[in-house]
Amino acid sequence: MSDDFERLSKKTLVDLYTKMLKIRKFEEKTAELFAKGFIPGLVHLYIGEEAVAVGVCANLRNEDYVVSTHRGHGHSIAKGGDLKRMFAELLGKKTGYSKGRGGSMHMVIPEIGVMCSSGIVGAGIPIATGLGLAIDVKQTDQVVACFFGDGASNTGTFHEGINMAAAWKLPVIFVCENNLYAISVPFKEVTLGNNVADRAVAYGIPGVVVDGMDVIMVHKAVQQAVRRSREGEGPTLIECKTYRFRGHYEGDPKKGGTYRSEAEMLDWEKKCPITNFKAKLIQKGFLTENKAEEITQKCIKEIEEAVEFAMESQYPSPDEILDNLFE
Amino acid sequence: MIRELDFSAAINEALRQEMKRDESVIVFGEDVGFFGGLFKCTDSLQKEFGKKRVRDTPISEGAIIGAAVGAALGGLRPVAELQFIDFVGCNGAMDQIFNQMAKMRYMFGGSLKVPVVVRTPCGSRYPVAAGAAHHSQSLEAWFTHVPGLKVVMPSTPYDAKGLLVAAIRDDDPVLFIEHKLLYYIRRMPSLREKYSSITCHVPEEEYVIPFGKADVKKEGQDATVIATMMMVHKALSAANQLTKEGINIEIIDPRTLVPLDKRTIINSVKKTGRAIVVSEDCKTGGVAAEIASVVIEEAFDYLDAPIKRVSGLDVPIPYSPVLEAVAIPQEHNIIEAIRETVGK
Repeated sequence: MSDDFERLSKKTLVDLYTKMLKIRKFEEKTAELFAKGFIPGLVHLYIGEEAVAVGVCANLRNEDYVVSTHRGHGHSIAKGGDLKRMFAELLGKKTGYSKGRGGSMHMVIPEIGVMCSSGIVGAGIPIATGLGLAIDVKQTDQVVACFFGDGASNTGTFHEGINMAAAWKLPVIFVCENNLYAISVPFKEVTLGNNVADRAVAYGIPGVVVDGMDVIMVHKAVQQAVRRSREGEGPTLIECKTYRFRGHYEGDPKKGGTYRSEAEMLDWEKKCPITNFKAKLIQKGFLTENKAEEITQKCIKEIEEAVEFAMESQYPSPDEILDNLFE
Repeated sequence: MIRELDFSAAINEALRQEMKRDESVIVFGEDVGFFGGLFKCTDSLQKEFGKKRVRDTPISEGAIIGAAVGAALGGLRPVAELQFIDFVGCNGAMDQIFNQMAKMRYMFGGSLKVPVVVRTPCGSRYPVAAGAAHHSQSLEAWFTHVPGLKVVMPSTPYDAKGLLVAAIRDDDPVLFIEHKLLYYIRRMPSLREKYSSITCHVPEEEYVIPFGKADVKKEGQDATVIATMMMVHKALSAANQLTKEGINIEIIDPRTLVPLDKRTIINSVKKTGRAIVVSEDCKTGGVAAEIASVVIEEAFDYLDAPIKRVSGLDVPIPYSPVLEAVAIPQEHNIIEAIRETVGK
């Protein structure tokens, strides 16, 4: 775990911790609601990968864009999403961010810049390039953070989207969340090179590999990439080595333990981005056990209120079926 | 004197006027910048509007459409060119069209809009140039099957300009399909003579042709022919020949397949009692099948004869002109179908 704390304020450090914890608690509650049958559809949880979304989004302004994925709850929370409307969407309620039309995989929050989340692996990459194009044409200093997984790095749109963004020097930070498995298929079995970020050389852009379990390292790498993009120097490809602590989806047998060894899973759990960061913050005097407990309780309360809101919300009415298809 | 433009110049004028009117309109695609497009539809736009707003792209169909989607989400009105409709299956372009662009407004609960126009040429260029299997297809039916897309298919330079302006101003994604043979009409006297119905009159001032309004190209009472793009002119040519035999055909060009002006089609069939649908795409699962079904559902009691479809054969477009001519509907096929339908 990085010791590079000095450049960040105490408030920023505690915020990073709080955001990661919020994602963790949100996802744990989602797992619970799913197990109880309250969530009618597929959910892919972000547990284990919190440092990536939080480290990235802490560098973004409200008007900066995020392109999310099927495993997207963490991105939305890190960017500032309202847990009430997120839970409502997961439950298929009318008060959800997509009015119950999208569910877990199709939640956008335009007012805070979350512009796309897709059930198609790799599809968000050229869309992020297009958002970068809009910024370039309008000449604002916004940036785009485009999240995708190791699976997406082997799609054709990865190549097309990054090449186009590089050629046009568009302000996009491509963030590969390499959790080592495309559902059940190990990255190293279907990819000969070690790092996705190594491919950046071919596009003429910087490529950075970071420990995706270390929020400080993610934050630092993205800070440089964002600065570069805002100054008009184009995209960066950042690969965060990370791990999901649960299965590909809720319902994946043994939390993905049919295709991952117990030793490997335990090994990665020891790298938990939240537990280790908390210990570090306490050790360095940025946090006390009491303060940490206070943060946890506040977080749990917010989640309970959000779930209550979602539970009490109305379902859409069947006669709304064709609403919003066209203008 | 009547001002005339050919099909590509009409498209060019629509793009130019819209780019002048609204600086959020941008154009990009393969060879559309310096070169002005393979069919010259974007000619000199880069010179006039600069390289930021008119961009040559790499051969990356998925990224062309994906970037159009992203640019639209970011507040622009991109007009992306897909160089040939045959390339829509390349590199994830179709995924961006049917899974992303078409569905976003709906699946995000109306919180975002995606005002993209994808311009793309379709169809056979027989007898001008043999494009063969990968540069000649008519795939418009694919897009009509995807909720959330509007599908526009002009048959004249006048319609091309007015419909493209409407497409650019529309807040929903539009597939704007241009039949390649129409690009050649004004340039090739033999074609122009053969299809004299293709008037090239295009007013200079801006005008909008609303979607979902069919154009009755010719009135008649013996049968209704519903035809799209180049087939409109083949049907008119066929109808002119039949007029000499005392058969009077009504011809309808829907102009947009989504939304479809069912009312005009149904009312015409109620009047004539007979319907022939002519489209260049393959017959099975094609445009003609859909329009025929609409007529059966809504005007069955008025039909005095079975509906006939005149469509492309279910075969890849072959190279040899001798074969290509057979693969797509020609005037004599339309004449035969009309004769059989009216029983004369």
